[in-house]
Amino acid sequence: MSGLPALERTQTPPATVLVRSVRLLDPRAGIDTRADLLVRQGEIAELGDSLEAPEGVELVDGTGLHAFPAFVDPHVHLRTPGREDEEDIDSGSRAAAAGGFCTILAQPNTEPVVDSAPVLRSLREHARVEARIPVGFMAAVTVGQRGEGLTEMAELADAGAAGFTDDGLPVRSAGVLRQALQYQRLAGRMIALHEEDPSLSGQGVMHEGDVSAQLGVAGIPSVSESTMVARDCALARYEGGRIHVQHVSARETVEAIETAKANGTKVSCEVTPHHLLLTDEAVRDLDTHMKMNPPLRSEQDREALVAALRSGLIDCVATDHAPHSREEKEQPFELAPMGVTGLETAFAAIHTGLVLPGVVDLGLVIERMTCGGVPFGLPVPSLAPGSPANVCLVDLDADWEVGEAGYESRSDNCAFGGRRLTGRVRMTIADGSVAYRERTFALGAVV
Amino acid sequence: MRRHLLSVDDLSREDIEHILGRAESFAEVSGREIKKVPTLRGRTVINLFYEASTRTQSSFELAAKRLSADLVTIKAAGSAVDKGESLKDTVQTLSAYDPAAIVIRTPHAGAAGLVAGWTRASVLNAGDGKHEHPTQALLDLFALKRRAGSLEGLRVWIVGDVLHSRVARSNVLAFTRMGCHVTVCGPPTLIPRGMESLGCEVRYTLDELGSADVVYALRMQRERMTGSFVPSLREYAARYQIDGRRLGPSQLLMHPGPVNRGVELAAEVIDSPQALITEQVESGVVVRMAVLYELLAGRGVPGGVRAAETEPQPA
Repeated sequence: MSGLPALERTQTPPATVLVRSVRLLDPRAGIDTRADLLVRQGEIAELGDSLEAPEGVELVDGTGLHAFPAFVDPHVHLRTPGREDEEDIDSGSRAAAAGGFCTILAQPNTEPVVDSAPVLRSLREHARVEARIPVGFMAAVTVGQRGEGLTEMAELADAGAAGFTDDGLPVRSAGVLRQALQYQRLAGRMIALHEEDPSLSGQGVMHEGDVSAQLGVAGIPSVSESTMVARDCALARYEGGRIHVQHVSARETVEAIETAKANGTKVSCEVTPHHLLLTDEAVRDLDTHMKMNPPLRSEQDREALVAALRSGLIDCVATDHAPHSREEKEQPFELAPMGVTGLETAFAAIHTGLVLPGVVDLGLVIERMTCGGVPFGLPVPSLAPGSPANVCLVDLDADWEVGEAGYESRSDNCAFGGRRLTGRVRMTIADGSVAYRERTFALGAVV
Repeated sequence: MRRHLLSVDDLSREDIEHILGRAESFAEVSGREIKKVPTLRGRTVINLFYEASTRTQSSFELAAKRLSADLVTIKAAGSAVDKGESLKDTVQTLSAYDPAAIVIRTPHAGAAGLVAGWTRASVLNAGDGKHEHPTQALLDLFALKRRAGSLEGLRVWIVGDVLHSRVARSNVLAFTRMGCHVTVCGPPTLIPRGMESLGCEVRYTLDELGSADVVYALRMQRERMTGSFVPSLREYAARYQIDGRRLGPSQLLMHPGPVNRGVELAAEVIDSPQALITEQVESGVVVRMAVLYELLAGRGVPGGVRAAETEPQPA
């Protein structure tokens, strides 16, 4: 069995940066202070007062800024290969860096599907040339994501797959998922699941509830998710396997995961910023930027998700960044594809919607946004000296309108487009290199 | 009223009363030998139909013609739509002709609203998916008001396939806004979850049908029967068909058409004096004239005749 998932990025020189007098916050490392932060040769070298500036260092004035460990997103669609007009590895990783992320995992529902080692290897090669931050690639559970035969999971794991998922689609057959869980003993790696019973979701395009009844639009009931989660947790428990439930959306799903965790099932799960912040009320105008799968659900569901994020029942935040072309989204709601972009707004949206109103503590948000790689065996970024430098500098007071200055992503189907958010990433250091610097953020002086 | 008619929800009770009053005055015109007024002379109305329709399309056409508008009707089959032109491109192309109004019927909820964002014309929703069909609701109100005298306090039962019916949704809103008390009734598989949130009551049997003043039967679409919404049309008819036994002598009967005889309605009630079905069709033209008039000509102008008297201005 192979070791860790492979992460690839373009080779850039390691950064040496001294951030003066910045507010450092890394709850996991117990760091919560104002000090200088020195990154030397791509490593967190020192935290302290009035640090001496080494020769050739880039000096950054940290006044008014926070430094957090950079974020990890286990759920991103880079649309490569096949739909490079919507996103490619360069633009997607740039969008991630602009959102303060230092690592992302790309989903395999591309054209062709990432279901064989050659496709995976070619993506890794691509990423070595294009990726601004380390990118890992998930492989499909079943060939062509058709839900029938298993992919060569062991070979894919050897070729560096970050994990397995048929994301975009559920693994319909309990029998096939059971075999995947058995095979996981050989292949290792996490199996991540898009949970949806198609016989219940049917032709649905939004949450089934009052709003869908009023709009006359076919609904996707919450139980289409929660019943599959209950089924798959039972299978994982029986086989002793590990599963990661993607983009939890419903209160009933939270309850199913609570039950499973209590009985010792090895299950982790993620939630998206849009499910934490928006409800089906936002769909009332049939704005296709509010169409995604799973759908925005009711206020009760949203509150259950926030509570589960706080309690730790939900392990991490993932964006499910899903770029779509403008012509695809400029259609009647029922015809438009599902999915919204979210890398560039994830932190700011949660900060604005949950931290500023006092619903969730800032430190907790940092924790949940940095640990998205844990289910997949990836380390958690840290500000502790000696760690590889994965840092984002954030101005928590910056007020901005989403999309006003465009996007780093090739697509503009952002669920928060046009909204004003507070909190802006100014600079991201990923895997020891400067991956992003906001255009208006002045370059530091080089001593 | 706003520039567009997209949803019954956009109309206040006052707006609706205004339209019904205007329709009443056009009903007088319809009684004349020359059924035409010059109100919209020189202005263009485009009918854009992405779905087959007999009643709605023909009555919108007649309404536009009787107001002396220039009329173009485009059906999806045989148009650029067939060649894969997007809705947006089609609408922008047609808007280049500077129409005063675009009447649109599509199989997709919210499409009329989208179109409104892409054109300077007034947009009239002639049915968007299972979402809304506001002019149907208005003509139903008109026909019912003429027969019943007043709408206030009427108890209306809407019976049948509520799930797939845009008429049901628009009519619940419209009847409720005019002071009626609405109950929807049908098999549980054909009533959407959350229907009560529209302000109606929900029943799964006709046991209390006797309490209704008006029974509004919906078309049972045979094509829906491929799913397992109801086990059979036979069982459906046995439980939900409005027939001479179930329809009381003082109850009024409505149906948006076309009727499946022997399914949702028995022949004896269709032809009974209690049925308003023909009056509903007749109302279609005058109500659509009234809506076109209110949106394009009359709004806020004393006498509402300015557009009729003024030469059209080049855009």
